[in-house]
Amino acid sequence: MSERLSVFKTYKLFVGGKFPRSESGRVYEVTDSKGKWLANAPLSSRKDARDAVVAARKATGGWAGATAYNRGQILYRVAEMLEGRRDQFVAEVADAEGLSKSKAAAQVDAAIDRWVWYAGWTDKIAQVVGGANPVAGPFFNLSTPEPTGVVAVVAPQESSFLGLVSVIAPVIAVGNTVVVIASEKAPLPALSLGEVLATSDVPGGVVNILSGKAAEISPSLAAHQDVNAIDLAGADAELSKALQIAAADNLKRVLRPQAVDWSADPGTDRMTAFLETKTVWHPTGSLGAGGSAY
Amino acid sequence: MAFEYAPAPESRAVVDIAPSYGLFIDGEFRDASDGKVFKTLSPSSEEVLSEVAQGSAEDVDAAVKAARKAFEKWSALPGAERAKYLFRIARIIQERSRELAVLETLDNGKPIRETRDADLPLVAAHFFYYAGWADKLDHAGYGPNPKALGVAGQVIPWNFPLLMLAWKIAPALATGNTVVLKPAETTPLSALFFADICRQAGLPKGVVNIVTGDGTTGAALVEHPGVDKVAFTGSTAVGKAIARSVAGTDKKLTLELGGKGANIVFDDAPIDQAVEGIVNGIFFNQGQVCCAGSRLLVQESIQDELLDALKRRLSTLRLGDPLDKNTDIGAINSAEQLARIKALADSGEAEGAERWAPACELPSAGYWFAPTLFTNVTQAHRIAREEIFGPVLSVLTFRTPAEAVAKANNSQYGLSAGIWTEKGSRILSVANSLRAGVVWANTFNKFDPTSPFGGYKESGFGREGGRHGLEAYLDV
Repeated sequence: MSERLSVFKTYKLFVGGKFPRSESGRVYEVTDSKGKWLANAPLSSRKDARDAVVAARKATGGWAGATAYNRGQILYRVAEMLEGRRDQFVAEVADAEGLSKSKAAAQVDAAIDRWVWYAGWTDKIAQVVGGANPVAGPFFNLSTPEPTGVVAVVAPQESSFLGLVSVIAPVIAVGNTVVVIASEKAPLPALSLGEVLATSDVPGGVVNILSGKAAEISPSLAAHQDVNAIDLAGADAELSKALQIAAADNLKRVLRPQAVDWSADPGTDRMTAFLETKTVWHPTGSLGAGGSAY
Repeated sequence: MAFEYAPAPESRAVVDIAPSYGLFIDGEFRDASDGKVFKTLSPSSEEVLSEVAQGSAEDVDAAVKAARKAFEKWSALPGAERAKYLFRIARIIQERSRELAVLETLDNGKPIRETRDADLPLVAAHFFYYAGWADKLDHAGYGPNPKALGVAGQVIPWNFPLLMLAWKIAPALATGNTVVLKPAETTPLSALFFADICRQAGLPKGVVNIVTGDGTTGAALVEHPGVDKVAFTGSTAVGKAIARSVAGTDKKLTLELGGKGANIVFDDAPIDQAVEGIVNGIFFNQGQVCCAGSRLLVQESIQDELLDALKRRLSTLRLGDPLDKNTDIGAINSAEQLARIKALADSGEAEGAERWAPACELPSAGYWFAPTLFTNVTQAHRIAREEIFGPVLSVLTFRTPAEAVAKANNSQYGLSAGIWTEKGSRILSVANSLRAGVVWANTFNKFDPTSPFGGYKESGFGREGGRHGLEAYLDV
């Protein structure tokens, strides 16, 4: 009996909740660590990047306006969906990063757990970083964090999945929307993540995933006037500097690349980097000033 | 009958301005390396107050080196000891506040009522507040034992010279950094007096260095490779240039830049209070305030009533000698700034807006601009888009809360906004929708050291004040 011929997957971008090919019609060959062909991935163009920004902008109101509880449930749902497709991702990460099955499984498990970690953060971060300010006058004064808006992310180049999840999840946990450029040489786990997000109640446009060359696409994101912030996690020193210069044009918030151990406790930095602090004042009047109110 | 106010000038005798000042580097005053100096004027009279050194790149280098040398000991000092230095500084500022208020009014042109009642109390309070943080950083929410960054290069504007110095220096020192501060070219004196306060407080040499000069001095400081942290308050254009210049470095950057704050008045607002808030919002400090409420958004149904009341109120504002305790509107800080205000106001007329100012006699010497408002302003007008940084209010109207929010947010800036309404849920929903770092509801232009201040969008990033203000100076 002859062996069954497998069905290949056409890997596509994830933009606005849909799975388009690159508008450019271009693809590039993705191989495993030994050079064996894995798939053709879309080679995104600058136009794809701009389209993704439009989709991300459109999604900001609904996502930032969703309750923190709701966002937490949706992020948790992502973990649930991933758990169900664990084997697929273990195989993809093993191929992508040249890892043994058990090491790849550790990456995927950590990535799933990372979604759970950030799912729990959505309704806690405001209490941790915001609060009442005891001003010297009869005023109610409250500082609360708010999402910065549309965040462009150059995903880590080496950690194709755990690194990717570690940069996307904090950005959206706090209510931003994201356009992420996947690892250039290992984009497949990222493109598959789009399929998970599409079935996890994440509204279309909240996460937009592009594959291709960071050096080609990221400058248009860094210079884009409707992008509010940029995470340079996967940019090398030269690209990072160029992107920072471009980002200064509309004063994007910039998270510079730094050495990160993606398996370590992530802390709150990647959330607070993409939060603005709003402080609201209101007069309180002076009832109780006489001291008898208790 | 109308009663006239008799002049009530504050005495200048309380302040002794030397004919010249050097740079304050490593605990000593010294001349600029190339001997260059520039004059600082009183903008209300154009009288020369003093001559100060024009810091060169070489001087900046010396100051950064002094700060670097001082950093090791200063950052290693127990927080409680750093705190005591800052408490000392806060107390000395309180003691010398009358002197400093008069000095600030002379050098800046703002009314003594403001320097005495707003600037100086806030300066002292800011040092007092951050003093208390110095030995409590473990509890600030940035993890255990957060570290100082090193040498902070700080460049500040002329609109609140000493207050901006306090906003920069107090958190920097509390967290264990040392600083090189460049005050604005037109208002260097209070920073140089602050150097003397550091001397009185016994602050170790090199912990605070003051390098006076112009934009080239500031650029040399920002670009100096020995600086670990850059903090800038000023124009958005310069802020962008600084962001470009630190690209590719490890320098931590915070920027507090321009604004075009919307002050939104709904039809149920208490009109008299709103009028006071509008006046405070745009005429405080002659409107030379980054968070000024420079766009009035008034609900169409009350436009006439509100504008009548506002015009009546503007007619009672007293413009003149900033040292007079009854003065509401002082001088514009410089000839250059006055020219900018005039050019933008002229553009308002040229683009079809309607200009109104109360009958108001301007002094013959000095730099003056009458409180001015424009009606028939559209969102496309330059006076609705660009920061004027002067006593000029652009009035726009709206019909629905959604329209008010859309117009308020239609700006490259996002620093401040105001809301006037008696309806609580409307305050909260509008406040939530505004893309601005500070929202004043039924009040305006309130500041406090515990309250984080800073912008969204092109108004900059980072916060000054409160627990949030520590982050800018910690390696977190």
